[in-house]
Amino acid sequence: MDEFLTNLPVFREAIGTTFYIVGISVVVGGLLGLALGLVLYATRPGSLLASRAVFIVVNLLVNIVRPIPFVIFLLALQPVMLATIGTTIGADAVTFGLTLAAAFAVSRIVEQNLVAVEPGVIEAARAAGARPLSILFTVVVPEALGPVILGYTFIFVGVVDMSAQAGLVGGGGLGDYAVTYGSQRYNWPVVYLTVATIIVIVQAGQFLGNFLARRALRR
Amino acid sequence: MNPVSHVRLKNVSKTFTRGRDRSRVVALDDVSLEVAKGEVFGVIGHSGAGKSTLIRLINGLEAPTTGEVWVGDQQITALSEKDRRGVRRDIGMIFQQFNLFRSRTVAGNVAYPLKVAGVGRAERDRRVARLLDFVGLLDRAHDHPEQLSGGQKQRVGIARALANEPSLLLADEATSALDPKTTAEVLTLLGRVNKELGVTILLITHELDVIRTVADRVAVMESGRIAETGTVYDVFANPRSTVAADFVRDALRDRPSPEVLARLRRTHTGRLVTVAVRSRTGLAKTFLAYGVAADLVFGGVSELQERAVGSLTFELTGPDDGIDAALAALRADGVDVTEESD
Repeated sequence: MDEFLTNLPVFREAIGTTFYIVGISVVVGGLLGLALGLVLYATRPGSLLASRAVFIVVNLLVNIVRPIPFVIFLLALQPVMLATIGTTIGADAVTFGLTLAAAFAVSRIVEQNLVAVEPGVIEAARAAGARPLSILFTVVVPEALGPVILGYTFIFVGVVDMSAQAGLVGGGGLGDYAVTYGSQRYNWPVVYLTVATIIVIVQAGQFLGNFLARRALRR
Repeated sequence: MNPVSHVRLKNVSKTFTRGRDRSRVVALDDVSLEVAKGEVFGVIGHSGAGKSTLIRLINGLEAPTTGEVWVGDQQITALSEKDRRGVRRDIGMIFQQFNLFRSRTVAGNVAYPLKVAGVGRAERDRRVARLLDFVGLLDRAHDHPEQLSGGQKQRVGIARALANEPSLLLADEATSALDPKTTAEVLTLLGRVNKELGVTILLITHELDVIRTVADRVAVMESGRIAETGTVYDVFANPRSTVAADFVRDALRDRPSPEVLARLRRTHTGRLVTVAVRSRTGLAKTFLAYGVAADLVFGGVSELQERAVGSLTFELTGPDDGIDAALAALRADGVDVTEESD
C-alpha cells in the first residue's frame, strides 16, 4: 500500500491516459462509425439511397476489419500510423487504432438499429413528400435514437476493455499500470484497485448511456 | 356527382419478382378505374387482392409495371422522382398501423409534412393547432403517440395527412386495427373531411361496413383484378360477381348457407324460396292472392345508402300450381326469387 501511495502520481497519469485514449476513440470513432453506419443503412438494397456498388464495398470493408483481434489490428496498422501520425508507439498510436476499431464496430450497431426502424414510418415520411436524405436524418435517426445510444454504451465498454491492451505498444493507461506496477511486482492490491477503477469508469458510462437512452425512449 | 376525374388508372399492371428464384407475383392485372373529384371511393377485397399495391401507385410509392396513373392532370408514371415528391405533398395518406413518428409529439407529427413543405414556424403552429382542433385532439398536442388510444392515433394520422391541405386522401385499411366503436368514430371523421373540406377520399378495406358507411362508389377486387365497379347500392344490392356477392352475404348473413338449409329442410317440409328484398315487393299480397301460406324461416334486411337490401327465406305451403303462379307473378314484377334446391 505504501508503494502504491508513492506511485500515486503514476496512477493518476494512468487514469488520465485511459480517459484520453477512450475519450477520443469513443467520440471520433463514434462519429466515423455513425457516418459509416448511415452509409451501410442507406445504400443497402431497397433502402433510401440504395446503391449496390457502395453497399458491397463498405460492407466488405467492415466485414474484413471487424473480426481482426485488436492486438493484431494495432500491429497491422503500423505502416498506416507512420504515414499519418508519424509514430507507431505511445498513447496516440493506440488512440488511432482504437478509433478505427471503434468506428467499424459502431457502424454495425448503427446499421442494425436503423434497419429495425418501422418501415411504415419511413413510408409515411415518403408519402409526405420528404427527400431520402431528409428522411434519414429527420425520421430514421430520431426513431432509432434510444437503441443507438444503448449500442454506443456497449461500444464504450468495449473500448475501455481494448484500451487495457495499450501497454503493448507503450500506450500507458490503466491496463498497462495494472501489469507493470501490479501483477509483475506481485502487488495484488494495485491490481485490484485498478480493476475497481475500471469498473467505476464502465459503470459511470453505462449509467449515463442508460439515462440518455431512457430519455430518448421516454421509458 | 361531379364528373371531373381526380384519379385515373389506365390498364395498370404490377408484377413483383420475389425471392432467390425470381418468381413473379402479379399484384395488379390490367386495372382501370376512375375516382371523381369530391367523392369517397372505396376499394374492397380480401387480403392479397392487390389493394395495397393499388393505393401506393397513386402517390408513386410504387411504380406500375405497365399502364398509366393520373392524378388530376399529372401523369404520376411520367414524372421524375423529384416531381413526384411535389405531387405527394398534395396527397394525404393514412395507414392501418397509423405509422406515427414515436420520436415526435402529437403536434410534431402533424407539423412534419409542413416542415417538409418549408412552411414557416408561425404558420406551422397556427395550422397544427387548427388541424388538432378539427380532429378533437388539441388538448393532446404535447403528448407522445404511445400515450394515445388507437382511435386517437388514427385521428393524429388524419391531421398529419391533412397538414398540407391536400385535395386527395388515401386511406390504407385505416380502420382495420380499430374496434367497431372507434372505427365508427374514425369513419365519421373521414366523412367530415370529405364533406367539410371537400377532400376526395380513396380508401381500401376488407370490411363491407366501412364501404357502406362512407363510400359513394366502390370497386370490388379479386386476384389483382377489378371484379366490378359502381355505386355502393348497385354493387351490393345486385352483385354480379361472386366476390361481391360473398361480401354481401358475409356482412348481411341474409341468405341461408348450405348447412342452415340442410337444418331447415329437416323441420320444414314445404318449398323453400328466398326472395331478395329491395324496395316494395308486394310479397304478402301476392302469396295471399294465390292461396299460398308463407312462413318466414330465415333472412336479414339492412340498409345501404338509405335503401333496403337483404333477403328473406320462406317456407311456402299450398297447391303446387298456386306456388308456381305466385313465384311467376313476383318474377314478372322484377323481384329476385330463388327456389332453394337441395
